[in-house]
Amino acid sequence: MSAPLLDMENLTVRFHGERTVHAVNGVSLTLQSGETLGILGESGSGKSVTLKTLLRLLPENRAEIGGTLRVDGHDVLALQGRALADHRGRTVSMVFQDPMLALDPVYRIGDQIAETVMRHEGCSRSEAMARALDMFKNVQMPSPERRLRAYPHEMSGGMRQRAMIALALACRPKLLLADEPTTALDATVQIQILLLLRDLQRQFGMGMIFVTHDIGVVVEVSDRVAVMYAGEIIETGTVHDIIRDARHPYTKGLLAANLHGAVKGARLNAISGAPPSLERKPNACSFAPRCPVARETCASELPPNVAVGTQRQVRCVLAQE
Amino acid sequence: MIPAPLFSAQNLVKHFRLKGGFLGSSRGVVRAVDNVSFDLAEGETLGIVGESGCGKSTTARLIVDLISPDAGTITLGGKLLGKHISARELRRQIQMVFQDSYASLNPRLTMEDAIAFGPKVNGMSPQQAARLAHELLERVGLEPRRFAGRYPHELSGGQRQRVNIARALAFSPKIIVLDESVSALDKSVEAQVLNLLADLKAELGLTYVFISHDLNVVRHMSDRVMVMYLGQVAEIGTVEAIYSAPAHPYTAALLSAMPSMDPDRRTMEPPLTGDPPNPINPPAGCRFHTRCKLADTICGAVEPGLFGLPGEGHQVACHIHIPGSNHRNRRVEA
Repeated sequence: MSAPLLDMENLTVRFHGERTVHAVNGVSLTLQSGETLGILGESGSGKSVTLKTLLRLLPENRAEIGGTLRVDGHDVLALQGRALADHRGRTVSMVFQDPMLALDPVYRIGDQIAETVMRHEGCSRSEAMARALDMFKNVQMPSPERRLRAYPHEMSGGMRQRAMIALALACRPKLLLADEPTTALDATVQIQILLLLRDLQRQFGMGMIFVTHDIGVVVEVSDRVAVMYAGEIIETGTVHDIIRDARHPYTKGLLAANLHGAVKGARLNAISGAPPSLERKPNACSFAPRCPVARETCASELPPNVAVGTQRQVRCVLAQE
Repeated sequence: MIPAPLFSAQNLVKHFRLKGGFLGSSRGVVRAVDNVSFDLAEGETLGIVGESGCGKSTTARLIVDLISPDAGTITLGGKLLGKHISARELRRQIQMVFQDSYASLNPRLTMEDAIAFGPKVNGMSPQQAARLAHELLERVGLEPRRFAGRYPHELSGGQRQRVNIARALAFSPKIIVLDESVSALDKSVEAQVLNLLADLKAELGLTYVFISHDLNVVRHMSDRVMVMYLGQVAEIGTVEAIYSAPAHPYTAALLSAMPSMDPDRRTMEPPLTGDPPNPINPPAGCRFHTRCKLADTICGAVEPGLFGLPGEGHQVACHIHIPGSNHRNRRVEA
């Protein structure tokens, strides 16, 4: 097997400040090029922090990053200066949740895309604008020539998200990161953007990491799924494994809470309590206080990472049986 | 005889004028709610679904009289608002829980004070109001000894939303309007709050108006569902009718836009293209005809009214179902 596009080993991220937050606690991931990984988790699970680490977007003076992180053979944590700038947008690119915040309000969309292309590929302005138009056609932007000259506020939410995808893909990145890109969109627009990302990922043959809190969205786009809780991956497997045969009690709870096919009026099998505060590095199963099937050992020892078959791992003592 | 509904809204209209044109003139009118009518029976839950700009939140605010309609009437228990019942009395009987649990609590009030505030303003003694606040905290699953003295920033989102529900209960209301009340919560916490809402409804005989963009949640909570599009009712009916036999092409599109939850049967084709149009200048005729795959010539010319279908209270605003409309299609495929 060829070397993976992304190889993340034992990543830890700790934020220092008034109080310390252990946001990511030993996350290991690999991704082949052409593969889509969905990271599923609730707020505070560390999914967005993991993604931002891949672009080195975390504040350097406050975030302490440990572990190793290689993308396309480069050690991302060692990148500096020009090499880091080349990495961002060229090797790895990102689509954010709110395009209104991610796009610059005072420049036309076409100029923003062209600027990126000129910076990374050193081509002329007219070549860069041609690429921008090409990208607008790729993302099925309605009347693309006219929209290149539009400002972000002149577009609807769905069009802005298409523009941001065009910007992110303009330099043909090898890895696309998508951080809840459809969460702020209406249902009928969300499905359009999901299908667009799925098609572009195939067409460009890039790796994609798709972060979301919505299981339904994960199922639509991912090959593999990693479920995060309290800064750890608690279960990973193919999308079939996770949907049909979830092993971790938290994954099971999330599936039940999605209400897909829930009987009207029946009581929901809700996970009680709330996620931990992450002020200390976990020394036991983080989910144990909320777990309906927890045992004594769960509260005193770190759970093993149990391999189930070749493709999946479950961080739970019960998976050993 | 059919008993009179607990609440009835007839032909509600609310337009917002856009200011900022030349010399302060109006730049246009947002037709947020245009001729919307519905009833609420005692003890039922009416779900309202639709995309942004469809007028569901404006409808919610009209129900509690946070804003006054430009036209139309509201009656509660057979009493006409403004004539037989005052806005003050109506608001006591219809309470609301908003989406943003943090913004809807005063950051300077403890949870006890936040809940007791309304009753005190309405003449309850401070001791009684404090006692009531503790009872309500207990009722929504927050231990009063731990939570009564806390401020909003010391609570999680789910806990704050429980406090907002407790505050809504302080006047023993008949109706609670829940406007995206669980949308900002994480899934595992959302399920807890939905269970709480179901328990309270059973215990207290409440009537809910449940507004959400999440169709799974609406199906779970509602007895009847009202689908809105650009300020108008597209379809209204029992939850079974809406989800298993949608009659409006927009309802059908909303349902098929839901993620499939089955990796072997992924959605291949988006049911609709483009974004919902702007409610400032809604399309003429049927407002949905610009995005409708089944649209015919009549759809751009004549506005369809709500038409009754077989099935309990099932109504749809679509020419396909109106006899004699000459629409080329006779049925809607889900």
